[in-house]
Amino acid sequence: MRLVILDNYDLASEWAAKYICNRIIQFRPGQDRYFTLGLPTGSTPLGCYKKLIEYHKNGDLSFKYVKTFNMDEYVGLPRNHPESYHSYMWNNFFKHIDIDPNNAHILDGNATDLQAECDAFEKKIKEAGGIDLFVGGIGPDGHIAFNEPGSSLVSRTRLKTLAMDTILANAKYFDGDLSKVPTMALTVGVGTVMDAREVMILITGAHKAFALYKAIEEGVNHMWTVSAFQQHPRTIFVCDEDATLELRVKTVKYFKGHQRD
Amino acid sequence: MRGGQVAARAPVIQFTNCRILRGGALLREDLWVRGGRILDPEKLFFEERRVADEQRDCGGCILAPGFIDVQINGGFGVDFSQASEDVGSGVALVARRILSHGVTSFCPTLVTSPLEVYHKVLPQIPVKSGGPHGAGVLGVHLEGPFISREKRGAHPEAHLRSFEADAFQDMLATYGGLDNVRIVTLAPELGHSHEVIRELTALGICVSLGHSVADLGTAEEAVQSGATFITHLFNAMLPFHHRDPGIVGLLTSDRLPAGRRIFYGMIADGIHTNPAALRIAHRAHPKGLVLVTDAVPALGLGNGRHTLGQQEVEVDGLTAYVAGTNTLSGSIAPMDTCVRHFLQATGCSVESALEAASLHPAQLLGLEKCKGTLDFGADADFVVLDDSLHVRATYISVGLCSALTTCLWWG
Repeated sequence: MRLVILDNYDLASEWAAKYICNRIIQFRPGQDRYFTLGLPTGSTPLGCYKKLIEYHKNGDLSFKYVKTFNMDEYVGLPRNHPESYHSYMWNNFFKHIDIDPNNAHILDGNATDLQAECDAFEKKIKEAGGIDLFVGGIGPDGHIAFNEPGSSLVSRTRLKTLAMDTILANAKYFDGDLSKVPTMALTVGVGTVMDAREVMILITGAHKAFALYKAIEEGVNHMWTVSAFQQHPRTIFVCDEDATLELRVKTVKYFKGHQRD
Repeated sequence: MRGGQVAARAPVIQFTNCRILRGGALLREDLWVRGGRILDPEKLFFEERRVADEQRDCGGCILAPGFIDVQINGGFGVDFSQASEDVGSGVALVARRILSHGVTSFCPTLVTSPLEVYHKVLPQIPVKSGGPHGAGVLGVHLEGPFISREKRGAHPEAHLRSFEADAFQDMLATYGGLDNVRIVTLAPELGHSHEVIRELTALGICVSLGHSVADLGTAEEAVQSGATFITHLFNAMLPFHHRDPGIVGLLTSDRLPAGRRIFYGMIADGIHTNPAALRIAHRAHPKGLVLVTDAVPALGLGNGRHTLGQQEVEVDGLTAYVAGTNTLSGSIAPMDTCVRHFLQATGCSVESALEAASLHPAQLLGLEKCKGTLDFGADADFVVLDDSLHVRATYISVGLCSALTTCLWWG
């Protein structure tokens, strides 16, 4: 893996955004050649999205020939609910860029047949030629997307019940009322993300430090599902100083050494 | 004409680089419009999978709902209270000219007049949707003749009336019918007024208290019977007194029906109301304040003599008097001037000033789902303003007609 350590959240967001931007531009997307991007939600990637929007508004980056696949969506939450991931993506990204709405794929948490919806999503990814770059985050419990501790490391897109940790963490977005927080979600599997040609995981903040330690300095373990990416040929972890607080000094120095070159 | 199928084929227009008034705040958001209505772009993106057909850069301006004037007696030489064979042309002229003031809907107002005038004029002012031809007519505002002699102001004494025993029928006979009527201003201290107020309210007509010497108790009873508006607060009513606040006391009355809000018109032209009085009213009850012009036919004309109802008025600068007296005879300040003056005099937020001219009159008339707001689904009537609230453009029924946009630029 690559571990890229930036001084703070803003610099980490900018680094990640520049990387994505460069990947898209170098790919030279066009009418018969779309760049496929996997996308996360949550507070961590907000800075990255802002930067990507800035590059777009500067005229440096177009999403006209980019297809996106989001990682997850709550089950049972109306699409236009302010906390749905559809709303998140519209407000924080899609409405500011030039992506074709037909190319922005998000799981439908209100589908009548949820498993069929998941299977169709996997099929769409396949039909798009697979994911070129999957961007993700990490939960405090080391989960990627909604692959909670105990999820199979070869799992595919499916319905998941959310862990109590996740529900508690989300309560602040639902007026602190636990009864209002969705308890289930549709999510891409660990295996689904592992299929991507390249993976970039964004991790910022001290509260994610222990999860990062478990993910890269301990073994591959389904209790910390991000650890699966130790076995992916091309993964980058982008983090800020605070997220490295639980790592060995040796690890940090080694990867910071790379950056100096 | 505004059916779903026609609308779905209409072009989608996206107004960018602007701040829109929504939910009481100025948000940095784009305004999306289709088929004469404000559109939800998120729904368009995820459900219809469409993008805008046309984008318009608004140069960083403010987009506010079109202003609504519920008290305007005429303008540009037109007097709504004059019985002519072609009242329609006069209304159309005013409707077209007030667009440049940011007004997209209005209530042509008739002052106290003889029966013949009501019978002839009212049928010629139907409710009409706005468009590039002019602001929409929401219905007529009948100010009088059932008002107080003492507080008649500029209204001609000869044509004042009180209610006969069969009050509602008397009113019907006076006006010749209530089709096209949206608001009636009356003095609640007149005998039999309560049955009239109740009947009008039952018909969905807004009852306003004004030109009256009513005390607070009488005014409160009128509100309990259904009255919801006060005509030009402070003017043509008893002054506020600390032991009997009169009609002005309605602003803070605790005897209003539960859940009912009283609205009050304010002429913020810098002449009809001292700024300190404007501030007192605004601070006491900000959510009820409705800016009105009470404009007279001299609006938009120069200094000199002009007619209003059955009387002559003298215009001098920003002031209009009953000729030969000191009695104010309506205002000649356009609505956008009133909004700016209101903002400056009260020190309120830009959002509050804009809502006083759009949302509040819409709420008064029960139209807040489609007028006075930029919420999704509302009519696409809006005004483009610079930071000092000067009107740069007025858009009305955008995208409804065959023309891609119906917009009038004022430069």
